[in-house]
Amino acid sequence: MSTGVAEKTQKTVGGIRRTFAPWNDPQAVPLIRYQNVTKRFGEFTAVDNLSLDIYEREFFALLGPSGCGKTTLMRMLAGFEEPTEGQITLAGQDLVGTPPYKRQTNMMFQSYALFPHMSVWDNIAFGLRQDRMEKGAVAARVEEMLKLVKLEKFAKRKPHQLSGGQRQRVALARSLAKRPKVLLLDEPLGALDKKLREETQFELMDIQMELGMTFLIVTHDQEEAMTVADRIAVMNHGKLVQVAPPAVIYEQPNSRYVADFVGDVNILDAKVTALAPGLVTLEAEAAPGMKLTATQECEAKVGESVALALRPEKLRVELDPPADPNVNCLTGTIWDIGYLGDLSIYHVELPNGTRVKAAKPNLTRMVERPITWEDKVYVSFTPDAGVILTR
Amino acid sequence: MAVKSGARSSGRWLVVTIPYLWLLALFLVPFLIVFKISLSQDAIAQPPYLPTFDLSEGWAAFKDAFGELSFENYGYVLSWDNEFIEAYGSSLWIAGISTILLLLVGYPIAYGMARAPKSIRPTLLMLVILPFWTSFLIRVYAWIGILSPEGLLNQLLIALGIISPDAPLQILATDTAVYIGIVYSYLPFMILPLYSALEKMDETLLEAAADLGCPPFAAFWKITWPLSLPGVFAGCLLCFIPAVGEFVIPDLLGGSDTLMIGKVLWTEFSVNRSWTVSSAVAVLLLMVLVIPIVFYQNLQAREVEGR
Repeated sequence: MSTGVAEKTQKTVGGIRRTFAPWNDPQAVPLIRYQNVTKRFGEFTAVDNLSLDIYEREFFALLGPSGCGKTTLMRMLAGFEEPTEGQITLAGQDLVGTPPYKRQTNMMFQSYALFPHMSVWDNIAFGLRQDRMEKGAVAARVEEMLKLVKLEKFAKRKPHQLSGGQRQRVALARSLAKRPKVLLLDEPLGALDKKLREETQFELMDIQMELGMTFLIVTHDQEEAMTVADRIAVMNHGKLVQVAPPAVIYEQPNSRYVADFVGDVNILDAKVTALAPGLVTLEAEAAPGMKLTATQECEAKVGESVALALRPEKLRVELDPPADPNVNCLTGTIWDIGYLGDLSIYHVELPNGTRVKAAKPNLTRMVERPITWEDKVYVSFTPDAGVILTR
Repeated sequence: MAVKSGARSSGRWLVVTIPYLWLLALFLVPFLIVFKISLSQDAIAQPPYLPTFDLSEGWAAFKDAFGELSFENYGYVLSWDNEFIEAYGSSLWIAGISTILLLLVGYPIAYGMARAPKSIRPTLLMLVILPFWTSFLIRVYAWIGILSPEGLLNQLLIALGIISPDAPLQILATDTAVYIGIVYSYLPFMILPLYSALEKMDETLLEAAADLGCPPFAAFWKITWPLSLPGVFAGCLLCFIPAVGEFVIPDLLGGSDTLMIGKVLWTEFSVNRSWTVSSAVAVLLLMVLVIPIVFYQNLQAREVEGR
């Protein structure tokens, strides 16, 4: 496993750890290319003129609400759907027209789709036998897969004799057994409970690194996508809204849609009042007369309406005004408090009725918190905390 | 609480007992009567066999009557000199061939129905059941009109110029007509269990098979067929068992040389007036059929266990 990590995280150059990012390398050749792909079902356009490159050894997540076209996009790669227009290539080969049984992709189905009349062993061996692999080699590969998913003792069981988590592992082993060029995971952890899901996410990442394969995962669970993926594509209405690594998706969303879909966010409608290189001054509708600043470049012109997106954990709620005059500050009253144990979420009502959420880690074991309902509070954030969104 | 659970357990007792009483009164008791007749001797009397059990003549006479029972009739039926064994064999053969034909015809229909759009499935199901709304006997008679030398089928073939008017197809009064009649009459009993087995199947399994490199035809034999086996067994037994004892179809559509045990039994009973031999034939027929039934029950039990 450690060798996998070393391979993926490239050599340390000049004391800076260079991480895996082939998408930034203009020389890199994508493994999977969607080129202007459109898929229509009757009147409904599921995927709309979409282009996307996915690189070898990438763990790529398609994230979006149900009906956004993410599953269709994946099924077109597996061959269960053919694009209405456009081209899909895998390792340089045009896939359109190739039936699923001739493609070098394997899929782990949301329902697992294990063959109920076959044992775990036979399920995993199914694809290998299809390839007329020699008997000894099949046995060796199946044993290896069983070991990988820690199900050696269950080889003779039938799927109905397994727990949900074990079935999920069999499905994973079966789809990995043929060493596909790309493994497709369709909401693979949807049926598991939260704890098992989190464990399995890390196992998936380990397995992906160990085998050095390209994984494409479809999910509507943003936490799952953030945890496992090297890059995430946020989709809506059959189009890509943003394609970026998880941290970029979270910290630099390119639109209200992404900011809102991934994580919790406060969106303040504001007007640009002044522009300087690397510094934007704004006036929020929720706090007229207050000057807010954001240290970033901005496409909008002075006077234009924009949105200022603020993550709850970047807001500070205090009973006293902040000492630093450069810090942005809003005033309001505590409307509600959500106590989550590790965090407390303060819902603050601003003078015009807008409510913002601020998350505060509970660092001490006090049961009585100093801030309570109806308190007048100051909500402050540094100029680099907010993101200006023009879309 | 105690009262409540008492009431519930007596309710449960009732639910179990009523069907058992029904089976006892309408199946087991008549069977015992038939069995008793099969052990008796023919007699010119009313009823036409001896002994009869009559408690009015006292316990000793009743006991003597028991002594008169014998398996003589079974020896007669099972002797090679008579045509009974041949008739059993021929019945099993005709029923077996018919069941295979039914499976060959029924499977594609059931498959097509199970894969049809959900909205039209009830209509298709209805069409399969529809023939039951007409009397079975009338439908078999209708086949005489179709298959006879001057019947609809021959008229059609002559009109199309496929056969000459001088040599119509001789189908009626042959074993072929019996096969046609059985396949036609029993088809719903084959289709319905197959349909229910195929309809239950998750179609993603076929996607998974394709994804793992299995072309559609191979996927049928590796996935669809094994998963539909419970339906195949149920359908085959539902058709095979009554087909073995079938009487109406061979009588109306078959020829004089079509030998089936149902027909033999009927002749024995109504022409030869031998209640005792016909009872023995019936009991032996039941014995023959118990084997596949037990086999099927075992299979079902194993499946329930497997779930």
